[in-house]
Amino acid sequence: MTNIICITCPKGCHLSVDEENGYAVTGNSCPRGAEYGKNELLHPVRVVTSTVRIDGAMLPRLPVKTDRPLPKEKMFDCMALIDSITVQSPVKVGQVLAANILGTDVNIVAAKTL
Amino acid sequence: MKYDLVIIGGGPAGLSAANAAWEDGCRSICIVERDRELGGILNQCIHNGFGLHYFKEELTGPEYAGRFIEMLQNTGVDVRLDAMVLEITQEKEVHIVSSAGGYEVLEAGAVVLAMGCRERTRGAIAIPGTRPAGVFTAGTAQRYLNIEGYMVGKRVVILGSGDIGLIMARRMTLEGAKVLACVEVMPYSGGLTRNIVQCLDDFDIPLYLSHTITDIQGKDRVERVVVAEVGPDRRPIPGTEMAFDCDTVLLSVGLIPENELSRGAGIQMDPRTNGPVVYENMETSMPGVFACGNVLHVHDLVDFVTAEAARAGKAAAAYSAGKQLSTDHVLDIHNGNLVGYTVPQHIHMDAWFAAVDVFFRVRAVCGESCITVTDETGAQIASFRRERMAPGEMENIKLPRVLLERAQGAITVSVEEGSK
Amino acid sequence: MYDITIVGCGIIGASLAYQLSQYDLQVLVLEKENDIAMGTTKANSAIVHAGYDPEPGTLISRLNVRGAEMMEDLCRKLDVRYKRIGSLVLAFDEKDRKHLEKLYDNGIKNGVPGIRILSGEEAREMEPHLSQQVCAALYAPSAGIIDPWGLCIAEAETAVRNGVTLKLRNGVTGLEQREDSVVVHTESGDYETRYLVNCAGGWGHEICALTGETEWEAMPSRGEYYLLDKSSGSLVNHVIFQCPTAAGKGVLVTQTVHGNLLVGPNAVPVKSPYNRETSLDGLDAVAAASRKSVDGIDLRQSIRTFAGVRAVTSESDFIIRPARACPRMLHVAGIKSPGLSAAPAIAEYAAGILADMGVTLNQKANWDGTRTQIRFKELSQQEKAKLIAKDARYGRVICRCETITEGEIVAAIHSPIPPCSIDGIKRRAGAGMGRCQGGFCGPRVLDILARELATNPLDILQDGDGTTLLIGETKGGTKA
Repeated sequence: MTNIICITCPKGCHLSVDEENGYAVTGNSCPRGAEYGKNELLHPVRVVTSTVRIDGAMLPRLPVKTDRPLPKEKMFDCMALIDSITVQSPVKVGQVLAANILGTDVNIVAAKTL
Repeated sequence: MKYDLVIIGGGPAGLSAANAAWEDGCRSICIVERDRELGGILNQCIHNGFGLHYFKEELTGPEYAGRFIEMLQNTGVDVRLDAMVLEITQEKEVHIVSSAGGYEVLEAGAVVLAMGCRERTRGAIAIPGTRPAGVFTAGTAQRYLNIEGYMVGKRVVILGSGDIGLIMARRMTLEGAKVLACVEVMPYSGGLTRNIVQCLDDFDIPLYLSHTITDIQGKDRVERVVVAEVGPDRRPIPGTEMAFDCDTVLLSVGLIPENELSRGAGIQMDPRTNGPVVYENMETSMPGVFACGNVLHVHDLVDFVTAEAARAGKAAAAYSAGKQLSTDHVLDIHNGNLVGYTVPQHIHMDAWFAAVDVFFRVRAVCGESCITVTDETGAQIASFRRERMAPGEMENIKLPRVLLERAQGAITVSVEEGSK
Repeated sequence: MYDITIVGCGIIGASLAYQLSQYDLQVLVLEKENDIAMGTTKANSAIVHAGYDPEPGTLISRLNVRGAEMMEDLCRKLDVRYKRIGSLVLAFDEKDRKHLEKLYDNGIKNGVPGIRILSGEEAREMEPHLSQQVCAALYAPSAGIIDPWGLCIAEAETAVRNGVTLKLRNGVTGLEQREDSVVVHTESGDYETRYLVNCAGGWGHEICALTGETEWEAMPSRGEYYLLDKSSGSLVNHVIFQCPTAAGKGVLVTQTVHGNLLVGPNAVPVKSPYNRETSLDGLDAVAAASRKSVDGIDLRQSIRTFAGVRAVTSESDFIIRPARACPRMLHVAGIKSPGLSAAPAIAEYAAGILADMGVTLNQKANWDGTRTQIRFKELSQQEKAKLIAKDARYGRVICRCETITEGEIVAAIHSPIPPCSIDGIKRRAGAGMGRCQGGFCGPRVLDILARELATNPLDILQDGDGTTLLIGETKGGTKA
């Protein structure tokens, strides 16, 4: 049994995950908590948010994010990739700036129209 | 220039108030924003976690703001950017200056205060030591990092475990800095538990509870800080000092509502929230002036700011349309055991409402507890159970009108720990 | 060849430069820092003392009273904030009351105008928040509050506009005496001058030592302060002192000309004038002492704590005399409290000695000893509207706490002594002086500085050289 804190929402439920019992989760207040508890022990994932360089805009940086969580151990590889991107204004929120990064189905998308 | 409604501040509170007022039929609205774009502090909060309550999905700060800005673009709301309000007079004249418009006086039917808050500084907590460069409030560092694209340091110690500090620990780490420690003077964190997990634990950043920075060293730039454990009186315990070689100190030691305009207008303030005293419709002691968001009380979640500001926007629209509320029958809300403050502090009992949402913070971490609402005779008119409450997490109870009508005199919100 | 070289541009060097700028002389001012007013001038009690403290007959007593007398007119000419609010020295017991009588006698002998001893009740009538323990007070109506770095900058700027040369980042490293001149070696160059004035403040003994002789010992004394938010500024209406002790004038509580409340200082002997750190014990001592004088001081309203170092020496009086081993050098050293109050009188007196040493003081025909500064927030609505119409940058408020506009910041950057740091802007325009201490406006001021000076934002400093703010760009950009 492993006790972890759910990070899915600000509520921060205290979860207990039973590895011996098919990673059954207790202490969660919603189904997403159950999924998080299982994932966190088997293959933890995180959303990465950062910025990229943007040319021709009012501001020098554009906020970006991964459109879904990616394996936690790939966070710094993802950052290296993000650091290498420069985009040209205009960019629309949601626009894909890099697709299927690091051999995953995760995209880096713009988080602002700029 | 005349407007039915002037909204001061174009951050999440101002945007929500404007949209809500427009929806309720107010057609003459102006938002005055001091920055060059709408969105307020959300523009620099590029992390995700916003909107789970309101949009049922997880958005970044700019995305959350973007949704409201987009809604606003489909209305006829006027926006003055890069414009600063100097004064609000008793006659609800809003004096503003801007490069584009010069000195303007906006005559407002109603005003919504949505100026947000500012960060507590090193001076406010009097950290001893030298005064080198490299000591930043977490929000200032966040602006440099996320908006301007600059790194403020390589080796960082964070004082305070408020959410901005925790978020910055992760952001600085991802951008290549080494965050050596997060130091919190209280025995519990000031931020959300999820942020301890995903911002500190994920990167093996130690959190020192009941510790503080006792000395900042360095002549020109920060070179080192000394951290010591504190006793129950929050004073450093001699002999527990640890030194960290670092070039940067980030402060996340609290937020203070920015109420200079409200004070200048003579609006009654609540020393517990540092914001205006308000009624259930977010109206302040000055009729026709409403307050919402962090200028009223510091929130943890922008979703709650949005909801509160929508109430303020609707009430302001109603006021400017001539539907002014009587203050003949006012119910006061007092703070009882373990309750630090409540918002609202008063209820117009002559107003129409089905229930009143009362927001408050507890003064200490509570395990399983019971929130009770009693009247002046001591009669309990409502009670609510909670498994856990903490000062870092705002609480909310809903008081239906039928229960409030039963109260004799003022009501008191209290918290009793223990299972009953 | 310069006629006179002044070493140090704090309040004393600047006052002397201003004084000498009215004469037909080639004057050079050498300052080791990247800006002026960087030592004790930027961290002190900001008080113009009436002059009852110093022992009668001393140079200090004479120059203090004369300086206080000159201050109002000088500040009007230079558009520097100054308010004659009067001071009270509090007595808490019979011993203190005796001390007040001594101060009163001193004051009468020193020629301090209007002083009198009040009962505790009379004092509380003037100052409702005074402690009930106060049994008597010495009232001196001629005491005042002032913007010390504002005065220093105004004097230096006006001197420069009238032909004085100022060289920053020129710390003096050696002196070479010639028959009719002295060559001054600095980190950045050599300058030949007929006469030299040591206005190096806490570093005065080091300049003296370059002559090969030690004339006094430096005994720097640190004082720590709390600066409180403007919401506390009207807690007191006068400068509130306690009875002085051997260590100094004791902890005072006062309004500042910027509208804040200032509480401090203590007195702690330190090794160097660079020892400007605050300490937990020191701040605690200041807090406790201030509460003895005034009820209701809320230190949670603190927006800044800081420390300054007094240029105390082994000599009890100011040291204003030719150097023993360098007849062409005049010391104006050991200018401890009340040095700020005495500054204009010190400059006047030093100019007289220079004349005795052989300098010819011929009045310039076209000297303009006045200066004005636009302070947006102090203007009327009509004046504000007019100013923005003339220059739109005055319509853009950069510092929210203090209502300081881009126009004022740009004007400061292009002033006769251009600042290169965020704090340099703060001292000139006031941006960042308020309750958020530059949290909001810092990044914007940095932007404006970089733009106006056409430099890389990474090179903009917080204050002195080395106080780098930004270490590089994100996304792979690093500082070379």
